[in-house]
Amino acid sequence: MDATIALDRTTSRGKAAERWRTLVLALTYAGLSALGLLFCFPFFWTISSSLKTGPETHFVPPTVLPAVPQWANYVRIWSAQPVATWLTNSAFVVVATVPGAIITATLVAYAFARFDYPGRDFFFMLMLSTLMLPYEVTLIPQYIIYQKYFGWINTYWPLIIPSWAGGGAFTIFLLRQFLMTIPRDLDDAARVDGASSWTILWRILIPLCRPALATVAILEFLRQWNDFLGPFVYLNTPELFTMALGLRFFQTLPESTQEPKTHLLMTATILMALPAILLFFSFQRYFVRGIVMSGLKG
Amino acid sequence: MAEQTAAGSRPRRVSASRRRHVVEAYLYMAPWLVGYVALTLVPVLLSLYYSFTTYDVISPEKWVGLGNFVEAFTKDDQFWPSLAKTAYYAGVTVPLGVVGSLLLAVLLNVKVRGTSIFRTLFFMPSLVPVVAATVLWFWLLQPDWGPINRLLYQTTGITPPRWFQDPSWTIPALISLALWSSVGGTRMIIFLAGLQGVSEELYDAAKVDGAGSWARFRHVTLPMITPTIFFNLVLGIIGALQVFTPALVATEGGPAYATWFYALHIYKNAFGFFNMGYASALAWLFAVLIITLTWVQMRLARTWVYYAAENE
Repeated sequence: MDATIALDRTTSRGKAAERWRTLVLALTYAGLSALGLLFCFPFFWTISSSLKTGPETHFVPPTVLPAVPQWANYVRIWSAQPVATWLTNSAFVVVATVPGAIITATLVAYAFARFDYPGRDFFFMLMLSTLMLPYEVTLIPQYIIYQKYFGWINTYWPLIIPSWAGGGAFTIFLLRQFLMTIPRDLDDAARVDGASSWTILWRILIPLCRPALATVAILEFLRQWNDFLGPFVYLNTPELFTMALGLRFFQTLPESTQEPKTHLLMTATILMALPAILLFFSFQRYFVRGIVMSGLKG
Repeated sequence: MAEQTAAGSRPRRVSASRRRHVVEAYLYMAPWLVGYVALTLVPVLLSLYYSFTTYDVISPEKWVGLGNFVEAFTKDDQFWPSLAKTAYYAGVTVPLGVVGSLLLAVLLNVKVRGTSIFRTLFFMPSLVPVVAATVLWFWLLQPDWGPINRLLYQTTGITPPRWFQDPSWTIPALISLALWSSVGGTRMIIFLAGLQGVSEELYDAAKVDGAGSWARFRHVTLPMITPTIFFNLVLGIIGALQVFTPALVATEGGPAYATWFYALHIYKNAFGFFNMGYASALAWLFAVLIITLTWVQMRLARTWVYYAAENE
């Protein structure tokens, strides 16, 4: 059941212990595999459905695999709906927000982790307390302000601005925790050599923070790529939709009985999920380390 | 600290460098400070003001005192039901989700080969965007030609539930979606980090005392990771209470208001009916509720969360 099972072999409790250990291992693998299958099934079904013909998706009983894989669905989806526009819009929002969140959160986290100044602990608590604030409390007045004074409804500004203002309490907290684990001796040594606080951050701390920065980048990417409520409130013309809105728009289109659209809906679902999954896989190594090392556990 | 000891000999220079230190700190803080005032503090205060008015964005707001709150508590047909549905959803999702994540983490923490593959498998669902996951879930649980009902029918022979078409099964459907997409996600990774932080020495000591693997889990692992459990519990509750997107994408709060959660109620009042004043009052009540709940949990935490560092 826990980390010490691997050690049991050496604690000469003889054959019984050995057999017990094998049993636990077998059960662990069985449990993991069963759960793994359960977790995978929705993916499998989405892919399979995305390769069926329209009518095939409505067969009773459902077929597990398409009779003939309809690879053409992945071509047709681009013309069936403005998917390319939606994906581009999502990509634009990501590119406009994620760097802002990383840069500003790093600066703020640096102040929290390495500076001693009046009000620091107060601000830190204040920042953490914003995690408790439901989104709607700020969303409504923000909407009114953007609408009345800025004319920003149906633009990307309301989605972009918050990312350049610290990037959210969770991001700052994670980076601050990580910075706290880096020994201060490094800063002190550099300071003796006459390095400014900016040089210390830029030359010493940021290179050491790579796992945490990668983690934050992934989390921010996912947050922006997946965000629904923000775009849903602020954007109202389909040309400006992000993929999240587009997918929902596509889903709510009435379905004609002759030509179900489920297969294409599944294709679009995959197109939306794919970038997130690919990005995660390319940074996975950093991600787990980033969370483990930031001591993000209470 | 070094600056203070040097203070005696060269007070002038030190206070200048101290001032510089503080000014720099505030410069680094600036993005958050500006953001906090402009995007949180001012909106929160405005929201409080609007909550005492009726306001439809077009004509100027009208002061109604406590009218909105009275309406919420006494006249609004959906106020209490939406709170109850939210409590139901969060009350099931959070305990199951936290326990599920912990169990997965414990399984993955067994030092055997191939766990990284399983870790990735469990993590994958949390990468699927909520909207995409909801669309997919709607399809998996389609009562007539969805695979889940087919499987249920074939294995048990009973008539399976009609999920998103049946008011009493819509919330369970959303709960299953939430579990699939969150159990193996960041929360599980945080638990894994917590488990790996438990010192081997403690396990060895327990083993010397003759503790079996269950006793070691119960009396070593569990107490040592209570801070992690607490952290995940608090964030889990805050997140689950604000459930919005899956309910909106799947059935727009239906059928028959079955998933008309509190966040949906606020949204519909604000952006569906443009009752900004009333919606602000609802949002403020929501904030008070969440903050109170979190505060209660922090009080309760003293009785069950074990902080090793404090006791050393």
